This record gives sequence, structure tokens and C-alpha cells, in this order.
Amino acid sequence: MRLSELPQQITATVTAVEDIGAADLIARRLRDLGFVAGELVKIVAQGPVQRDPMLVQIGYTRFALRRAEAARVQVTPEST
Amino acid sequence: MSVAALRIALVGNPNCGKTALFNQLTGSRQKVANYAGVTVERKEGRVLAPSGRVLQLLDLPGAYSFDAASPDEAITRDVCHGRYPGEAAPDLIVCVADATNLRLHLRFVLEVQKLGRPMVLALNMMDAAKKRGVHIDVAELQRRLGIPVIETIAVRRDGAAKLVAQLDQQDLPAPPAAIAADTDLHVAVRELLAATVTMPQRTARIDDALDGIFLHPIFGLAILAVLMFLIFQAVFSWATPIMDGIGAGIMALGTLTTQSLPDGALKSLLVDGIFSGLGSVLVFLPQILILFLFILVLEESGYLPRAAFLLDRLMYKAGLTGRAFIPLLSSFACAIPGIMATRSIQDPRDRLTTILVAPLMTCSARLPVYTLLIAAFIPHRTVLGLFNLQGIVLFSLYFAGVTSALIVASVIKRMRRDKSEHALLMELPSYRVPNVRDVLIGLKERAAIFIKRVGGIILTLIVLLWFLSSFPAAPADAVAPAIDYSFAGRIGHFMEPLFAPIGFGWQICVALIPGLAAREVAVSALGTVYAMSGSDDAIASQLGPMIAHQWSLATALSLLAWYVFAPQCLSTLAIIRRETGSWKIVAIATGYLFALAYAGSFITFQIASALT
Repeated sequence: MRLSELPQQITATVTAVEDIGAADLIARRLRDLGFVAGELVKIVAQGPVQRDPMLVQIGYTRFALRRAEAARVQVTPEST
Repeated sequence: MSVAALRIALVGNPNCGKTALFNQLTGSRQKVANYAGVTVERKEGRVLAPSGRVLQLLDLPGAYSFDAASPDEAITRDVCHGRYPGEAAPDLIVCVADATNLRLHLRFVLEVQKLGRPMVLALNMMDAAKKRGVHIDVAELQRRLGIPVIETIAVRRDGAAKLVAQLDQQDLPAPPAAIAADTDLHVAVRELLAATVTMPQRTARIDDALDGIFLHPIFGLAILAVLMFLIFQAVFSWATPIMDGIGAGIMALGTLTTQSLPDGALKSLLVDGIFSGLGSVLVFLPQILILFLFILVLEESGYLPRAAFLLDRLMYKAGLTGRAFIPLLSSFACAIPGIMATRSIQDPRDRLTTILVAPLMTCSARLPVYTLLIAAFIPHRTVLGLFNLQGIVLFSLYFAGVTSALIVASVIKRMRRDKSEHALLMELPSYRVPNVRDVLIGLKERAAIFIKRVGGIILTLIVLLWFLSSFPAAPADAVAPAIDYSFAGRIGHFMEPLFAPIGFGWQICVALIPGLAAREVAVSALGTVYAMSGSDDAIASQLGPMIAHQWSLATALSLLAWYVFAPQCLSTLAIIRRETGSWKIVAIATGYLFALAYAGSFITFQIASALT
């Protein structure tokens, strides 16, 4: 599942960050910010218009990502 | 024997409290300049350590990674690597990390460690970490990293004393052991955290609760709207009495100091050139200070990125970013503080677009012109039993400004050659109580930058305008007003054929020239052209009936349309030059505003002439 499809408040584990095209700077930055395999993520809030951007909790940090950015992150939701 | 000053670079992630630590260490002994050729700020300060040694601190821009994604990060990378031209490599790097956010910040610490330079880690915000129940085994962290680790609390007096003591030691700490080039820094950070940090929960409860309110789709937007209204009110109206006071004070000072001088060119230069120029510079200060007081408090408290979060989607559609909202809103009061406020926009492309469209927001200086023309030409009539026709016209003028800004922003987006995606990727930091010292230092910096670097340009241009409007003097037997004989008058007459298709007579053309100093000056300049005298209010009240009699409705509407775009504010052009560092951008801004103004007036005049 992509991070952009993850329902709010569900914890998931990052499996990979995909590059869109060659030298995808945004994907690289996501990895630098800690979006790497094994990290836990959770959507904690969404923007008021078209639920964009989304607020992602990762580690101890919160990042606002536009949906197009979050779509680069592959996640596996925690089985409940 | 004196020891050479120790050059220390302060680096760290954004929001690690690095600047607060820098302020704590250096107090107000700071020098703010720009790195050559870019608009990234270079902040330097000196600390006299107890041993008498001078520590020279450089506060580098915050960076998430040396894999730079912005001009700020590129500078931090190059200075740390010791390859920034004209900047000596630091003797010692102080890496600042937020103790409550180590998962993110330690990765950058390791990246800095890879440089192999002597370094110290400052674990900042230890008070917040303790409050949250975060426990850090500092001794173990120090052993594993192989560098000194110092706890600091940037916002508390003496919170940096241990750091100063460490920096004051005779010998530099040994450079850290090399980290293998193929080390996965994320894995290394996880191991460090597992061995040294225990954290009862991942987030602060207060942050979760506040985000629940401030980011709420309805309450969050409502709070934002109230805040924006407050800022707008403050910049628009609270500043006015102070601005009037400054204007009157400077003029009184000018009259007082020159009263012993005989009437003549020198007195005129002092009163109408230098003192009036000084007034035009200082009059912007209240608005700049009030706006930045709000911005600094909101930024420090962590609210500003939340506002950007709420508005990002709407602004993004127009080719802008959520962060552009406050600069654009304040441009309704005046584009000068608005353009200065674009510094909070990280992406340089988004920032440039915001700077270019900011002058389209109807600033308060256009109101006197609007008021004069609307009162003179638009009948005081009620439309649909409810609305005032004059009010509707005023509203449409504001509306035209906003609409054209949105159109221009999306045109810029289309025209840009670099089509790569603009990242939002914005950290929402923990909420914090703003620190009074940090806010005051920030305000002092803004004021100094404006007066030093923009004031000079504005003052020079106003003296030049005074010269153009005063020379050559009118002959003794002059029948026409004096300005008609001056260079400005001649230029006005020369411009007349160019402006005839949009309905401007030579009087308007002449008045537009002194109007370059500030848009509202056009009103008193029209008074001069029609040979009126008295206070500005008196001129405005006489001028109304006069132009109502002399101008056609089409001309009046055309002038209104001209002022929606009004390219002729020199102070705006000066601040664009200062904030972009490029005359080319100034030329582009002037050119496109002029073209829009001309086109808007042409269409208005031709349609209105055909209908009336």
C-alpha cells in the first residue's frame, strides 16, 4: 500500500521509497528524513481541502507531505 | 600572547534550537550579512570565553542533510567541507541536536562526523526532553560517538555555560574516528538510540492535543481566519497613527532645522528632498515591525508551518505554496514588509513567484487615489437596495488585484523551464513558548536590514525625483504651475502621446512622475499640477470637483485600472532588488506590471469611451 492510501491513525511500517523518474530529489530527501524500511509511520492529520497535504508521524517527528510525495512511500499497515 | 580567535561553526537540523543557542551565546553582538550572490543570511557573533580567548561563532543555515536541497543547505555543506569561497574552514564544528527529536537529528550528526573535523555535540532542549520523560545516557552516547556531548538549554540563562566551558578548553577535541563510507546511517542511528535513549512515548501529549485543534478542518481554519484578520488589522490600522506621527515629526524637524535658511534651492533640497525622503523610508518601519512581531512569534511558537499546512492545497493550485499566504496578506497593507516576509518560503522558485505577485495585492497607499477618483466620478447610489455603488467599485478594484495575482502566478508556473515537482516536505515542529530575547533580536535584524540596505536606495531616488520636479525653475513671469517647466513636466509632456490611447492627459502624466516616490504622492502631485496649495486633505477636497469637471469618466476609470497594477512604486522595486539580489528580476517585475497596467487601462478606457 502507498502511504497516500493509508487511513488516518493506522500505524504502518515503511517498506521502501520509490523513485519517480531518474534522480528523484524528493525520494532522496524522504530517505534522508528517515523514510527507510522498518520505520513506523502514522497519518495524524489531513489538510482541509481534498485531504491534502497529510501530516505524517515518523520517529519523533511530524512531516507535512503532499499526496504526490506520500505516494512514493510504500507501507505495510499493522495487522490488527 | 593573544591566541587567534577560534572559528566555530554552529550546524544542525532546522528546528533544533540552533539560532536560540546562538543568540544565547552571542547576545546582541551579532553581524548579519548575506553570502555573496545569494540571499542566504550569514550570521556571525563573538563570544569572549572566561580564559580571555575569543570564540568566533558562525550560525550556519539549518540543514537536514549535506545532500543539499536548497541554497541554504548548499552553503552549510560547502562551509563545513571548507570549500566555500572566501570562508575559512571552521576549526571546530558544534553540531546542535534537539534531545526530543534524536531519531532525525542524530543522522545529520553522523553525516557531520564523516567530515572528520573536530566537533562537539550540543544536546539542546534538555529541559523539554526531561519533562517528556526522555532519558539519555549522555556518557554512553559520548563514548559511542567518540566526541564530547554537552547538554544545553538554549532558552535558559546559563543554559549554554557548559558548552562555553568546553569550547574554552586549550586543546580542540580530537577528530572523531572515521565512519566507514558504506555505513547505513539510519541503521547506525537505530543502534545508538537503542543503546542510549529511552523514551516513554513518541510524541508530546500537548502537541497531539494542540494539533487536534489547530489542524482541525473547521476549528483550525476558523482560528487561522481570526489570526489573519488580527494581523491584517494590526498592519493596516494600528501602524497608521505611528506612521502619521513619524511623517509629521520628520517634516516638523525639516521645517525647524531649515527655518533660518532663505527660501531657495538649498532649503527645498533639504525639506522636499532629504527630509521628505527620510520620512518615506522611516514611515515603513511601524508596518515592518508589527508584521514581523507577528511572524516571529508565530514562527517561534511553531504555528506558522501549521498555517502553511492548512492553506497549502489552495495556494498550490495557484502555483504558490502555503507559506506564501502571510507575505501576500501583508502586501495588502504594503508590499515592502510583505516581500521581506517571503524569506520564510524555502523553495527559491516559490519565493520568487510570491515576490513577483506581491505588488498586485492592493496596498494601502493606493487607497487615497481610489478614494479621490471614486468620490469624484462614481455616483453615491444604492444598488439592489442594499449595496453602495462606490463600495462595489472599491471592492472590484481589490478583487481585480487578487485575481490578476492568481493568474500571473499560474502563468509563471507554466512558463518555468524547470518543471520538477516543488516539494512541500515540511516539518511541523513541537509547539514552544516564544522566547522574548529571540523575538527582539529578530525584530532588530529586520529593522536594520531595511534601513541600511533599502533606505539608501529609496532616499537617493527621492532626492533624484525632487531634482527632476524642481529644475529648471519656472521663469518669473510664469503663468503655468512651476512643475510644468521642470524636467518632470517636460517628461510628462513627452509621455503624453504614449498615454493618450489610455486617456491620460499631460496633467496625469506629470503627476505620475513624483508619484514614483510613493503611490499616494500622486494625489498631492495632481494638486501641484492644477496649481492648488494647502494641506493634503485640502488639496484632495478641492481636487475632486476639479477633476470631475475636467476629466471624462473613461479617463477616471482608466486611471483606477492603472492603479490596480501601478508599477511605479520605487520602494517596492528597491526591496525586490534587495530580496532577490538581481536587477533582472526588478526589470521583469517593472516590465510586466507596466504592461498589465497599460493593457488594463487601455481596455477600460476604450470600452468606457465607446459606452459613454
